[in-house]
Amino acid sequence: MRKSRISAVAAMAAVAALALTGCGGSGGNESSDKIKIGIKFDQPGVGYKDGNDYKGFDVDVAKYVANELGFPADKIEFISTPSANRETALQNNQVDMIFASYSITDKRKESVAFAGPYLVAGQDLLVPADSTITGPEELNGKNLCSVTGSTSAQKIKDQFATGVNLQEQAGYAECLGGMGGGTIDAVTTDDIILAGLAAQPANAGKFKVVGNTFSEEKYGVGLNKESDKCEAINTAITKMITSGEWKKAIEANTAGTGFTPNAKTNPPKMDACA
Amino acid sequence: MSASVLFDTPGPKAKQRILLINIIGTLLIVGLLYLVISGLAAKGQMDGSLWASLFTSNAWVNFLLPGLLNTLKAAGLGIVLSVAFGLIFGMGLLAEIKALRWFSTVVVEFFRAVPVLLMIVFFNILLSRTGVVDGTDAPYWAVVISLMLYNGSVVAELVRSGVRNLPKGQREAGIAIGLTGTQSLRLIEIPQALVAMLPALIGQFVVILKDSALGYIIGFTEFLFYARTFASANGNMLQALLVAAAVFILINFALSKLAEFVSRRLSSRMPNEKPAAPEADALLPLAVPPGDGTK
Amino acid sequence: MENYLSLFTEYNIPAAFWVNIQLTFWAAIGAMVLGTILAMMRISPVRSFVTFGAGYVNIIRNTPLTIILLFGVLALYNQLGFTLAADFNQNFFNLAVMGLAIYHAAFVCEAIRSGVNTVPVGQAEAARAIGLSFLPAAREVILPQALRGSIVPLGNVLIALIKNSTVAAVSSVAIEASSVMKTMLEFRGDMIIPIFATFAVGFVIIIIPVGLLTTWLSKKLAVAR
Repeated sequence: MRKSRISAVAAMAAVAALALTGCGGSGGNESSDKIKIGIKFDQPGVGYKDGNDYKGFDVDVAKYVANELGFPADKIEFISTPSANRETALQNNQVDMIFASYSITDKRKESVAFAGPYLVAGQDLLVPADSTITGPEELNGKNLCSVTGSTSAQKIKDQFATGVNLQEQAGYAECLGGMGGGTIDAVTTDDIILAGLAAQPANAGKFKVVGNTFSEEKYGVGLNKESDKCEAINTAITKMITSGEWKKAIEANTAGTGFTPNAKTNPPKMDACA
Repeated sequence: MSASVLFDTPGPKAKQRILLINIIGTLLIVGLLYLVISGLAAKGQMDGSLWASLFTSNAWVNFLLPGLLNTLKAAGLGIVLSVAFGLIFGMGLLAEIKALRWFSTVVVEFFRAVPVLLMIVFFNILLSRTGVVDGTDAPYWAVVISLMLYNGSVVAELVRSGVRNLPKGQREAGIAIGLTGTQSLRLIEIPQALVAMLPALIGQFVVILKDSALGYIIGFTEFLFYARTFASANGNMLQALLVAAAVFILINFALSKLAEFVSRRLSSRMPNEKPAAPEADALLPLAVPPGDGTK
Repeated sequence: MENYLSLFTEYNIPAAFWVNIQLTFWAAIGAMVLGTILAMMRISPVRSFVTFGAGYVNIIRNTPLTIILLFGVLALYNQLGFTLAADFNQNFFNLAVMGLAIYHAAFVCEAIRSGVNTVPVGQAEAARAIGLSFLPAAREVILPQALRGSIVPLGNVLIALIKNSTVAAVSSVAIEASSVMKTMLEFRGDMIIPIFATFAVGFVIIIIPVGLLTTWLSKKLAVAR
């Protein structure tokens, strides 16, 4: 009797011990002398957390701009900002700026401000290295992959190739896996995201970006509406472009994929600050 | 009922037949596995490098362990809040005031019927739009709240049926010594019901852990999220998912065993009384009671 | 109000639910068949069957459903080229049905086993006494009674299956309740709560009758003892 009560108590203690690990949220800590930058953590080549290291084109631009604003690399705190949570993170001042393949749109301008753009990306296709596909019109009867809830694949079906088969996956990496397996003919989203993925060592030489963009996505730096940093950020981005660092960052993150940003719109001209 | 009643101890002939079936069965499974593995190998999915990168310290220290920690955080807080929610609404279900009983029934039935995934997606957007919590914490809280509402409702049902299954004398004795109905519920009945429902409660842990894996869909940086993130740069999605599945299976299997152990301990503790096991309808499907509850 | 009604003209909500109901229907049949076979295996005299049944249940029910569904698409289809239909979209639907059936079969098996435990030993002894061997005894005597005893847990598996059909979005089934709701929430930020309420009530409307029906059935079919 006594023994079994003890073991029941022990079991309850185990429950409690597991429960204790449950305190606290997942947020970062406050520190005023650091700048908090929102990026994506899960987009190789664009914004990616690799251990204590942050990599990708967005990250390179963010580091350069922060440095120009007086925050060297050790004064930056990177914070993960998934797509659905970007506006609130800015409005609540949880991050000071966002570099997260964040397209400037009128709708978003209602709630947040933008500096930049630091890149004009465009929707494009990623295909196997030996593929003959050169544009979205050729996708009839082909299998096209995109992520769940994305409108880019539907756009191809509506405007370019009504006979295309759409497969939706949780992430672009799953799409690339399927393309490696031979059941997917093309993956579509913004060119820089495709190039960044294809440039990963594990994918080296397997895929190429078609280089025929059919939309314009102006990647801006997301800011709180009250922010006074817009002008300074634009100056920093312009300096990054003229110094050649911008081009280097693009090349470093997309090496081996044949990617070049659409030359008509890149390097981008800064929009006027509101 | 023990299964062995269904057949005799096999004689020499039956033994041979069973051996034959055993061999055929094993061959079938091995053959199927071979087909899948060789198929994957043909696509280069069995390359050692794809697996090796998952067993480096980089993969675990920087991706899998932080992810697992977040999963345990959300699941741990989820269970604590579920128990609190379940106790409050379980008492509500047993309340003497009719309106309270009705209200609790509606809440409990509602949250048992709504898919957890819908709640997670909804709360993520609601929390981040209204700014109740910081934008980057929204996915975490969305998962915790959804787990609490669903599993809390299940626990409320467990509390209700646990109390219902107690011998009547417990309440009568409480009333006899001058406690009010609510006091008897709080001081005498619920504590006993809690002990009796411990195995089912631990079983509910398994549900919570599994459901927390839905968090990756809204960008909660849990175990599966980090496994996928690691894989997206290393081209080994399938391998990473397999490792993630193995970890989930190990943890959940251990929890199931713990529940079985507690269940056995509890039933041996009350030799003369039927253990107050919750009635079958209180056990939601995902929480199939561990052990087979032999009569 | 008009604003709310516009949700229904803009998005086909009944169609989304219809996909979930179809997923549930086919997966329920699959899970029932597979689950019954597994339960028979677990009580059979053949050792390898018992081991396989137990292994299956322990592995599958401890794995998140998401991972099982992802495997169906990422491994079986995308790598091995395994298809269940010639039509592109139908194939993903069928793969999702298969994944849901595989997952829930483990719970069906446990539900039936719990039903088997409600059958008194005397029934099995009597069956053996009149000379029935394992399969006939199981088929004619044990399972019919066990199934009645497991109606409630089986009903609970069905309810879980209805809800879990929303996870099919991860196996590339595009138009089902959770993905349609997600799209709606993202594009109609003005109506977050009404949108969620609509979908939630939709599931309540589907699930409550299932619960009532199983309770009624289990009472009606209960074996008098």
